[in-house]
Amino acid sequence: MALTLMEGNEAIARGAVAAGCRFFAGYPITPATTILNHMLAMLPPLGGVCVQGEDEIASIGLCIGASMAGMKAMTATSGPGISLYSEQISFAVGSEIPLVIVDIQRLGPSTGSATRGADGDVQFLRWGNSGGMPVIVLAPIDVRDCFTLTVQAFNLAERYRCPVFIASNKEIAMTRETVPIEGLNPGEVVERRPPPAAQPFLPFETAPGEAVPGFLPIGGKTLVRQTSSTHGPDGYITTDPAVITRTLARMQAKIESAVDRFTLVDHRPAAGADTLLLAYGVSARAAAEAARRLTETGRPVSVLILKTLWPVPEAAIRRAAEGMRRVLVVEMNLGQYVHEIARVLPGVRIDFYGQMDGRLITPDTITEALIHG
Amino acid sequence: MDSLLNATRPPVFCPGCSHERITHTLDQAFRALGLSGAEICMVSDIGCSGLFDTFFHTHALHGLHGRALTYAAGIKLARPELNVVVTMGDGGQGIGGAHLLAACRRNLDLTLLVLNNFNFGMTGGQYSATTPPEAQVGSGFLNRLERPLDIAEIARAAGAPYVVRCSAYRGDLSAVIAQAMAYKGFSVVDIWGICPGRFSKRNRLTPKLIEEMLARHPVMEGEIAENRRPEYGASYREIAAGLRPVAAPEAIEPRFAPAGRGREEVILLGSAGQRILTAGELLCLAGAHAGLHTTQKNDYDITVLRGPSISELILSPEPIGFSGIARPSVVVALGPEGVARRRKTCEGLTAEAVVIQAAGVDIPAGTARTRRVDFKAQGIKPPDWALAALGVMAKLDVVMRPEMLEAALAARLKGESLAGALELVRRVETGAWVEA
Ligand code: SF4
Repeated sequence: MALTLMEGNEAIARGAVAAGCRFFAGYPITPATTILNHMLAMLPPLGGVCVQGEDEIASIGLCIGASMAGMKAMTATSGPGISLYSEQISFAVGSEIPLVIVDIQRLGPSTGSATRGADGDVQFLRWGNSGGMPVIVLAPIDVRDCFTLTVQAFNLAERYRCPVFIASNKEIAMTRETVPIEGLNPGEVVERRPPPAAQPFLPFETAPGEAVPGFLPIGGKTLVRQTSSTHGPDGYITTDPAVITRTLARMQAKIESAVDRFTLVDHRPAAGADTLLLAYGVSARAAAEAARRLTETGRPVSVLILKTLWPVPEAAIRRAAEGMRRVLVVEMNLGQYVHEIARVLPGVRIDFYGQMDGRLITPDTITEALIHG
Repeated sequence: MDSLLNATRPPVFCPGCSHERITHTLDQAFRALGLSGAEICMVSDIGCSGLFDTFFHTHALHGLHGRALTYAAGIKLARPELNVVVTMGDGGQGIGGAHLLAACRRNLDLTLLVLNNFNFGMTGGQYSATTPPEAQVGSGFLNRLERPLDIAEIARAAGAPYVVRCSAYRGDLSAVIAQAMAYKGFSVVDIWGICPGRFSKRNRLTPKLIEEMLARHPVMEGEIAENRRPEYGASYREIAAGLRPVAAPEAIEPRFAPAGRGREEVILLGSAGQRILTAGELLCLAGAHAGLHTTQKNDYDITVLRGPSISELILSPEPIGFSGIARPSVVVALGPEGVARRRKTCEGLTAEAVVIQAAGVDIPAGTARTRRVDFKAQGIKPPDWALAALGVMAKLDVVMRPEMLEAALAARLKGESLAGALELVRRVETGAWVEA
């Protein structure tokens, strides 16, 4: 079995290119900068474009423009930059612009620590758009995930016409790992879907029974309108409450009702377990290790690793929690996703272990929290 | 050429608004250039100038305040053949100032029309980046305290190769706009006009007064000779065409039997400049050449040439879950800053652990067996200590064997640097065990 050695950020860049990404714009920020470096090395020789924006707002704006002009586009940043992206994220969400946004989380709040990891942005990613529309967020646990989830992110962005977030972490992004080379296989790559040819084109019109409008690029033969204003199917500003309600309900449903089709979880049940460890991101590796050790010593513990964070994969969480007396949620923050779990599993004892001090959560601390928590 | 004006969506500006004139003038410019709607993309900003995209049968993108130039740049880079026209107000120049500067410096072939009417019309006549201090606007006394920006002068200073400053009432405005669009590069047309809805309610402003104001400024009428240069997109594509594609990830086939005692957890402790991280990567590659799973997690300050540099490595026959190290099996101590950062870990070392210690670097090594190596006495300079320490490990069969290390070096280095590295790891003397 041939291995290759790379860091998470390189795997994201390679996954993006494998998924057909040909436009990248970013602004240097540790720990996301190496994605910019890799994209700059990879895209121009392929006829693609990689540029350094004058700031984060410009970087994502460049991507929005390029995406609307028909290119698969990605940008990458960390906490301080994702904050600046916010207004443009709202635009991409509200105007159904396919885009992959990578957040290499670092220790916050604010400038925080550039070279320390955390998972402190997971609620911000969900709620960081004005209007509070649903978004898709995927969270890798290792380098191989960085590759495969980036391909998935592009596929979902194209299929659902929306921004898709990768919620990585300095501890994955800048950690090198050996990966079996066959693990870096993109599999299916989804392309942008044009509207049915017969009707006159309306930029936000959906075909009967569909929730996602077909896409035509700005710059093609057919005139395309894009707008950040409240709009109906024709892409012109509207104040008609019925049109607004229909449009927003469709946009909400296209993401929320589809989650079962892209629920990426790793469920590791242990026979006889009545406790479920639930984790995501790099902490999931410590959680799995803690559960393995405990199970080996006769105290079985099941594990559920979430790689789809948003929309909350409620069905998968309920399935994994069946028969469980207790769920321990482990997060590299002070308690964010645990609120979703408490909402999804009423009546189950939900415990939380969080740590946000720049260090990895260790299997030992999780074991401690399981036994004495 | 037919008009590109959208007959079903006529302009909705206040009576007498100069934006209305500019709308029709722009249509004349499109016709003069013989462009169809599909050859044009209008990118509009926020405010009354932000309505422009709706009046034309062209491609159109209307986005957030001040950011129009960012979308326009993305569109133009993706579709170089498209004529991209950006309309922004004076308000957009304030909030999007960084993007104006960047667009001037970058010189993509975009045309920026600044619909400059000296205030925020839509939100109630507040002062903008171009409001004169003596004007009466909707911001109380605040505009009296700030100097207005001269957009054209800023564009010139920032490197725009084509700048016009003119009146919305100028008779040949459509020709001015058409020439700006035809220019191969970033062109800025700063068009001074009147907002009767807000500004000229409290301030006297007429086309004649605008002419007088313009006359007090240096003339800007097109190409700025000192800023003339190749267009960004064309230059980008030309350079890109000469670049070589990045190779696929390198596949490492296991060639050797692993050394050591199963899972090994190694910490390299040094100082910035000692190439600790490179040594860590080499150790991972050495492991991969023996079919081992490896992780490398680095720890360093944001400073580059000072402070600790630490690399934590796991080499394991089994896939690696948790990538942190609590109880290392090997510690390599090469610099005091690194040791200080991991003092606790070092103090807890047990008899199974091995420490490779550079002479002169103190380490509280618990009960670990310690091998002291005097790199300095061997004539090895500090930037090479980490590599030399790998040589020591290989010679002692700690974590890896010499053939694993040499394969790793061959995978990373070439020519003289490979020869030099091989020479170093072969020549390094392995010191002696320190008596407990
Ligand atoms: S407020 Fe001013 S700029 Fe806006 S439409 Fe009225 S006159 Fe024109």
